[in-house]
Amino acid sequence: MKCLIKSGRVVDPASGIDEIRDILVSGGKIEKIAKNITDKADRTMDAKGMIVSPGLVDMHAHLREPGREDKETIRTGTRAAVRGGFTSVACMPNTEPAIDSRGIVKAVKNMITNGAACNVFIIGAVTARRAGKELADIAGMKAEGVVAVSDDGSPVSDPLVMAKAMKACEKAGLVLVDHCEDKALSGNGVMNKGFISTKMGLRGIPRESEYEAIRRDIDLAGKTKASIHIAHVSCKESVDIIRKAKRAGVRVTAETAPHYFSLTEDCCVTYDTNTKMNPPLRSKEDAEALKKGLSDGTIDVIATDHAPHTDSEKDVEFDFAPFGIIGLETALSLSVTELVDAGVLSWSGLIGKLSSNPAGILGIGRGSLKKGSPADIVIIDPDAKYTYSKESIESKSKNSPFIGWELKGRAVSVMVGGDIVMKDGRITKE
Amino acid sequence: MNKRLVWTKKDLLGLEYLSVEEIEFVLYTASSFKEVTTRQIKKVPALRGKTVVNLFYEPSTRTRTSFELAAKRLSADVINIATESSSVKKGETLIDTGRNIEALKIDIIVVRHDCSGAPNILARSVRSSVVNAGDGWHEHPTQALLDMFTLKEKLGRIEDLKVSIIGDIAHSRVARSNIWGLTKLGAKVTVCAPPMLIPEGIERLGVRATTDLDEAIRSADAINVLRMQFERDSAVAFPSRLEYFKKYGITSERLAKCKKDIVVMHPGPINRGVEMSSEVADGKSSVILDQVTNGIAVRMAVLYLVANAKEPQA
Repeated sequence: MKCLIKSGRVVDPASGIDEIRDILVSGGKIEKIAKNITDKADRTMDAKGMIVSPGLVDMHAHLREPGREDKETIRTGTRAAVRGGFTSVACMPNTEPAIDSRGIVKAVKNMITNGAACNVFIIGAVTARRAGKELADIAGMKAEGVVAVSDDGSPVSDPLVMAKAMKACEKAGLVLVDHCEDKALSGNGVMNKGFISTKMGLRGIPRESEYEAIRRDIDLAGKTKASIHIAHVSCKESVDIIRKAKRAGVRVTAETAPHYFSLTEDCCVTYDTNTKMNPPLRSKEDAEALKKGLSDGTIDVIATDHAPHTDSEKDVEFDFAPFGIIGLETALSLSVTELVDAGVLSWSGLIGKLSSNPAGILGIGRGSLKKGSPADIVIIDPDAKYTYSKESIESKSKNSPFIGWELKGRAVSVMVGGDIVMKDGRITKE
Repeated sequence: MNKRLVWTKKDLLGLEYLSVEEIEFVLYTASSFKEVTTRQIKKVPALRGKTVVNLFYEPSTRTRTSFELAAKRLSADVINIATESSSVKKGETLIDTGRNIEALKIDIIVVRHDCSGAPNILARSVRSSVVNAGDGWHEHPTQALLDMFTLKEKLGRIEDLKVSIIGDIAHSRVARSNIWGLTKLGAKVTVCAPPMLIPEGIERLGVRATTDLDEAIRSADAINVLRMQFERDSAVAFPSRLEYFKKYGITSERLAKCKKDIVVMHPGPINRGVEMSSEVADGKSSVILDQVTNGIAVRMAVLYLVANAKEPQA
């Protein structure tokens, strides 16, 4: 089966292309990219006026399966991914049970085969049961196919355990995705510590709890020569520390999430629990620093930190609500508005952050339209305007602060390994 | 002030959310209810046929009693529900509880909760009026209103008064509501606390912050002394009760250096010998019992106004 995507603006940072091109897909792979391809195809998709890029890659999502299928399943989570233009998702191991052994990795691989609408790559736990004490079988999980390890949500607080974990990762050739937080400093905080938390009478999470932890782990990474990837960077100081570390040659990469550059702590004032996430929304100055970090390359990746929670978990007092929001279906639009339209990133720069960079960090061989690559492709209407409604959400959970927002820029069609899984905004898989 | 103001707020969640005119109107309304409370028959039929539910997630005697009396003197029916948010956390949610209470066809829910913002969340989920009787560290609007009512009664005005709030500002809803109300009405507010108990950014609410008690009270027209809760959040910030009293306790010696007619307030219950000496608590500057009395009139005004709120005009 051959498919020809005609006349789109092909943006492929991995090969340096940003021009009108045709793409011929054959046998699930990219066969040819050229002007005016005249080969016969079984199917032709007109992409005039559209952006055609490698499918987006989210290296930080919580698909909740196994254990919390009430919040999300691999099926619903990957449908949300596809709706958002993602063709690959890396799922975090804070499931029940945690993904901390070969056996569980194997089991999750089965679940993926049976339910996923796009590629799912597994991130294993750093420590057994994510408890921060003994290391998980990092080498064994690597042999089973995990693409990274992380104790996301429960950072490894013991520096000795962390140093050992980094050594194990270095040996196994895995990147450690690092949720940097000093839980002692965060205390029972529920939002950014500052004037707004003072006004609202809520316990604050100080910025130090993030950047002091980043400082420690960058030190450890420098010593162990491990590759670490700093998850969900939210504040200015963190950007500065990572920038310096990169200059000093530490093998560190970093991500932020769309809500950190689209929203600020001011959004919390109504006690809407969909503004409660960890790290918390910070100040305008932080959002600006994140944009600067994205534009100068300090921050390599935009990841969603897609964190589904049910309505009944979120419809409670601010103090009692779980941290996190869904993000797979809004990441692209928010990035287009806040970064491309605002002149922070070019389209090529954006696709780098959302596709080739995370794919490169995880080493998954995706995020590129080079000849012979798997045909993971997204066709984006860069000018499409729409209102993000609760009813439109594919994810099983609806915990988003962006419901009701007017958004711009949207994935219209998505191909995974040559199969069309979304066509003109309609998910065709299953 | 505008004595013909049309009240449009179904809820009283905090003084942050009220305009200057609205605050003045509550105080004005309270003054007429105060007259009622001095009559032989202390009851008016203003809320006859209405039902007020006191939903208290935190133990409270005085605030609950004050609301209960206020409701009864307006001829409303009153139900008291006392519960713990920790046990409720495992069972019914706040929103479910609110909707169930509302299904009993009640009119006003007076809520006290240990989580900041709980009344805001409740008010969004029910059609009944919600009155905040204190939420976490956030607001305690009726306390601040009765404090301002008492100040006005004693000193004739709020505008340009120098008011110092002393104690654990960081963890105090009374402090926050007083700051909102007093600054809106034009008072010059100073907050005074040990450094760890002055919360980040408090000056941005339009107050001056200091750690020096003598300096804070020297030229004050009134001081509002907060209860120190050593058993709770204040504990980490100060070594001991005695130490606190030495540095921040209000004593006759300290008051001797202040304005002669200084007004001393306290939201109660007092820790004698911690935030103030007995001599001060019972002394001539103290208006603490007037505050308690005025609390009923102010709460009558609040219940009356929210129960009769008109739809806001577009």
